[in-house]
Amino acid sequence: MLLLAGCSGWQSALDPKGPAAGELAWLIWFFTALCTAVWLLVMAVLITPLARRPAPLGDLLVLDAAAERSKMRIVVAALAATALILVGLTLLSYFANRTLAAIGSDAALTIRVTGHQWWWEVRYENDQPNRILTTANEIHIPAGEPVRLVVTSTDVIHSFWVPNLSGKLDLIPGHENVLDLKADKPGVYRGQCAEFCGAQHANMSTFIVAEPRPVFDAWLNDQLRPAVAPASGEAKAGHDLFLKRPCVMCHKIGGTIAGGTVAPDLTHIASRQTLAAGTLAMSRGNLAAWIADPQGIKPGAHMPVVGLNGDELNAIVAYLEGLK
Amino acid sequence: MSSADLAHERDLAQQRAAAQKGDLAPEHDGPRDTGLDDASLDRWLARTWQTAPGIIGALSSVDHKIVARRYLITAFFFLCLGGLSAVAMRIQLSGPERGLIGPDRYNQLFTMHGVTMMFLFAVPIVQATGIYLVPLMVGTRNIAFPRLNAFSFWIYLSGGLFAWVSFALDMAPDVGWFSYVPLSGPEFGPGKRSDVWAQMITYTEVSSLAVAVATIVTVLKQRAPGMSLDKIPLYVWAMLVTSFVIVFAMPAVMITSTFLILDRLVGTHIFNPAEGGDVLLFQHLFWFFGHPEVYIIFLPATGMVSSVIAAFARRPVFGYLGMVLSLISVGFLSFGLWVHHMFATGLPKLGASFFTASSMLIAIPNGLQIFCWLATLWDGKPIVRTPLLFVFGFFFTFVAGGLTGVMLASVPLDLQVHDTYFVVAHFHYVLIGGSVFPLLGATYFWFPKITGRIMNERLGRWHFWLAFIGFNAAFFPMHIVGLWGMPRRVYTYPAELGWGNINLFITAGAVVLFLSFVLFTINLVHSALRGAPAGDNPWNAGTLEWATMSPPPNYNFAHIPVVTHAEPLWAERDTLPVATGLRVDVRELVISTVAEAHPDVREKSATPSIWPLFAALAVGATFLYSIFSPWAVVWGAGPIAITLIGWFWPKGDPEDEE
Repeated sequence: MLLLAGCSGWQSALDPKGPAAGELAWLIWFFTALCTAVWLLVMAVLITPLARRPAPLGDLLVLDAAAERSKMRIVVAALAATALILVGLTLLSYFANRTLAAIGSDAALTIRVTGHQWWWEVRYENDQPNRILTTANEIHIPAGEPVRLVVTSTDVIHSFWVPNLSGKLDLIPGHENVLDLKADKPGVYRGQCAEFCGAQHANMSTFIVAEPRPVFDAWLNDQLRPAVAPASGEAKAGHDLFLKRPCVMCHKIGGTIAGGTVAPDLTHIASRQTLAAGTLAMSRGNLAAWIADPQGIKPGAHMPVVGLNGDELNAIVAYLEGLK
Repeated sequence: MSSADLAHERDLAQQRAAAQKGDLAPEHDGPRDTGLDDASLDRWLARTWQTAPGIIGALSSVDHKIVARRYLITAFFFLCLGGLSAVAMRIQLSGPERGLIGPDRYNQLFTMHGVTMMFLFAVPIVQATGIYLVPLMVGTRNIAFPRLNAFSFWIYLSGGLFAWVSFALDMAPDVGWFSYVPLSGPEFGPGKRSDVWAQMITYTEVSSLAVAVATIVTVLKQRAPGMSLDKIPLYVWAMLVTSFVIVFAMPAVMITSTFLILDRLVGTHIFNPAEGGDVLLFQHLFWFFGHPEVYIIFLPATGMVSSVIAAFARRPVFGYLGMVLSLISVGFLSFGLWVHHMFATGLPKLGASFFTASSMLIAIPNGLQIFCWLATLWDGKPIVRTPLLFVFGFFFTFVAGGLTGVMLASVPLDLQVHDTYFVVAHFHYVLIGGSVFPLLGATYFWFPKITGRIMNERLGRWHFWLAFIGFNAAFFPMHIVGLWGMPRRVYTYPAELGWGNINLFITAGAVVLFLSFVLFTINLVHSALRGAPAGDNPWNAGTLEWATMSPPPNYNFAHIPVVTHAEPLWAERDTLPVATGLRVDVRELVISTVAEAHPDVREKSATPSIWPLFAALAVGATFLYSIFSPWAVVWGAGPIAITLIGWFWPKGDPEDEE
């Protein structure tokens, strides 16, 4: 038990940080305790005869009728107890499900999460089209408020799972699923794709960043602005290279002619904490490494190797690094 | 004695008298076993039922014992391959961000591990055990449809080789053993990898269906006179129910794999949402097979547990009727739970809750079986030998796995642990604990019958403790790491999540488990060559397979036994009553009635033939070709038809002429 509590981390079902995960952690502990008790009881009954004397060896088919009858009564009683426990657990699980369903009934914020091999497209819905925000992999939410995630996929099936906040839900092409979740306190919660989705299933992570409402609003307004203009000569060169090279075919940078939508939106890439769906921490070095050798870092990923010389690589990194 | 018992005794006496008068067969058309002395009876029968010497003879064999031995050895071979692939994966996962195996190879490895263990090891080995034991336990001379049985083995062998040769060629499936679309579909599964999955399914399911049909007919129509439904050994009941489950479940997966290959090869859009198809249809079809599959593997193991417990507790299993009813109800209920594999797909909440209830419900008949076994063992200290040790290991692990299964049945709880290592832990507890441990116990138990030699007890105990400790060390911590958030099917994980140490521990456990199987292999070889002679009935068990020699002669029984009790060898200590009147110059069986097992007619049993092998080659080649072109079905039809004509060519028996 100590071991479990001590090591639970930032991606753990046993360390709940929201009402859904809290309800589920309670359910997990309750089921575990009950099942352990049943298991111990069965093992005790199994092992007891080993400590006894061997039964007298008479005719193997002549059984003590009275003993058999009392055994029958005990077996029937055990069966009834089993049935009762199972009915109890079924009801418990049904009501827990209802509690979970009630969490997001008044969610003000709807975020559309679309799975791609192997990254997450995140779109903040809004009635005003100019306030719709598209970003990737990192999901900011206001702490203490329920949010509604509408999840789907355009390629294969993925599953969205941030265990500290909630159970998982599949992203299925042709289907839309709804997951409501809430983080009680500000914090960063790690999540990971939970349905096998191909070569880089292992490196398809996401982060939920829960912030106080004012911080969240400021972040959202920040993200809605187009990309900042390159500050240095090197960054300017990087900007020009980005638009001339294949980068522009897949990626979007708001405020430039780069408008690709098959890969993550890079308008504010430097404001994110990680690269390549949680594979690398965001840093100048990692940016350069990722652009130079995506297949070495994430074999099978759809980002191709773009032939760049050292200066070109530095220029592009300098440009992207400035996209806060 | 009650009047019912008296009436029963009278019936049996009439049966015996009828059998001795030769009423089974009014026409006298050849030498009978009546009146022959033991030595000349043995000479006649051994010649009639023999497998011809030489390579052609071996390839033509239809003896259920020979076919079963081949099945068992092949399944053991695939177990080794599946085990080695598990060890390779565990080494890759022993620490964070290890680079031993890349994602492409790793994904093939876990797919081949799952596919091999489910389709090439678990189902074939439980069926193979049935092919060997069921005809002996019901007291007949061969399995029903012996040529179909031989055919099934060749198909199974070619399917298994096909899968592993494609692994060697780096074209093994890499989408998991359930191969979900669209990942396995034409758009996201390039190359031939998913086609290999789809056709390997078809091979193994054809063979599995063939064995199921043969087993059902053997149990229902070839039981020894007097073995009415309430005297069938529990193991045979388990195989009968399993075979019915196979007959109803396997077609679902064959349809799934055929739809998949049609989407890939012909361009149908059954699973393509862009053209009105649905990806969830695949999951429903697959799990409609996939959940019963678990019980296909588990139910035969319950039969083995019953056999071992009865022998070592030295009494019949408590609650025969309850045991049989729970087997049947598990068989039915197993078809009503498939949706609990799909709780995370966003089903309507009330509908999902229904499947919580049905999943919980199946714990009741399973619980009943556990309680009955406990009641059987309760009378006093049983004889503790290696087979019983494995049965204790079964209780320890299977009950734990069953209870985590109850946890998974809860929709909300499942949403946290679904597709994590918690589930990996759960199903290994259920499958290794629930099926492999009983199988190992069964190996120690029936090895003397198959080889005539007893397995080494000391090595056996070492094997058990190593396997038991290694298994729990490897799989218990997986529950914890799953709750800590580790998803299954990841080829690596980052160091900062803190899963490194526990994964290293798991790998150490897996190595111990693997070593226990090395020890097991040594014991098998050593005991087969040097083991102590077993005698007919080394455990003093009660069922019919122990009534004949070890190993059994090719004709199984010199005379067909007449059964008076569910444990015939305990009821008739000295000599088993027998039925006579069968011809000894041709292969003849007693066909009995379904419920009461009254002897009904004499029936010929098929003779050895090379055609099942040819038919399997033709069918196998068609399947192989069909991963490349749908025209395989057209070009394959001719050769298959020719081999089937050879197979069924009339032999000139009066019966065939009619």
